[in-house]
Amino acid sequence: MKLFLTYLAGVVFGLGIAISGMANPAKVLNFFDVFGAWDPSLAFVMGAALLVTAPGYMLVFKRPKPAFAESFKLPGTRLIDRKLVLGSFTFGLGWGLAGFCPGAALPVISTGNPSVLIFTVSMVAGLFLARWMITNTARRRDAAQAN
Amino acid sequence: MIETEFTPLASALGGALIGLASVLLMYVRGNVLGATGILAGFLQPSSSTDWSWRATILAGMLTGPLIFLAATGGFPAIEVPVSTLSMIVGGLIVGVGVTYGSGCTSGHGVCGMARFSPRSVVATLTFMAGTAVMVFLTRHVIGL
Repeated sequence: MKLFLTYLAGVVFGLGIAISGMANPAKVLNFFDVFGAWDPSLAFVMGAALLVTAPGYMLVFKRPKPAFAESFKLPGTRLIDRKLVLGSFTFGLGWGLAGFCPGAALPVISTGNPSVLIFTVSMVAGLFLARWMITNTARRRDAAQAN
Repeated sequence: MIETEFTPLASALGGALIGLASVLLMYVRGNVLGATGILAGFLQPSSSTDWSWRATILAGMLTGPLIFLAATGGFPAIEVPVSTLSMIVGGLIVGVGVTYGSGCTSGHGVCGMARFSPRSVVATLTFMAGTAVMVFLTRHVIGL
């Protein structure tokens, strides 16, 4: 049941992405192009998603724990640091260049669209590159402290 | 540049479903429905049980557009107004950015914002600004 409902959450998400237009780079880029071919549709995606999620979460968090797990797994850190801000800004630059964000690209892999596949492979490479950079920086810092 | 039609109803319906999925996942297993986090843990799993739920939800995500196909007779429109090089470089930058920023549009923009996390509000405003800057540069300054 737990895995089936997890699968169902994925299906509903994927269907939502397909209907919303989030997986259409032309639409996404036009949303940000206020001085050009502006298409405000994506504000409705974000707005509706928040109008459902905010009260939905409030109801869920009234429970002591999830239906099929021991605890809610929420991010532990509350730190607003350079890493968060620079990382997010970098993500935005990439989103503005390609027109896909991770959550929009993943479901539409199943359409077999070549642009989606190219974007996803590059994004995965970027994910590993960043992991490597983060570990490397940490290792160098540890080495410097050891000296 | 490709002109696109203003679709408030379809976009709001899609957004509502994205929200519903996020609430369902939090209710069922207490996880944030963030594409970045789910994918990162799928590629570098910490344990086999941690991997299997991620594989399951990703399989569900892939099913979504297939249901769309069955219902409407076609896949959702994917119109790409940029070059393959932009797609490659953009993908790489997105991968790096979301890893450093610990999240993307779904994790920070929907789940984090919905629980009024200050971190997610800052992240969301920042990546939206980054996207707007890049679109302005490529379309109105460089003219890609």
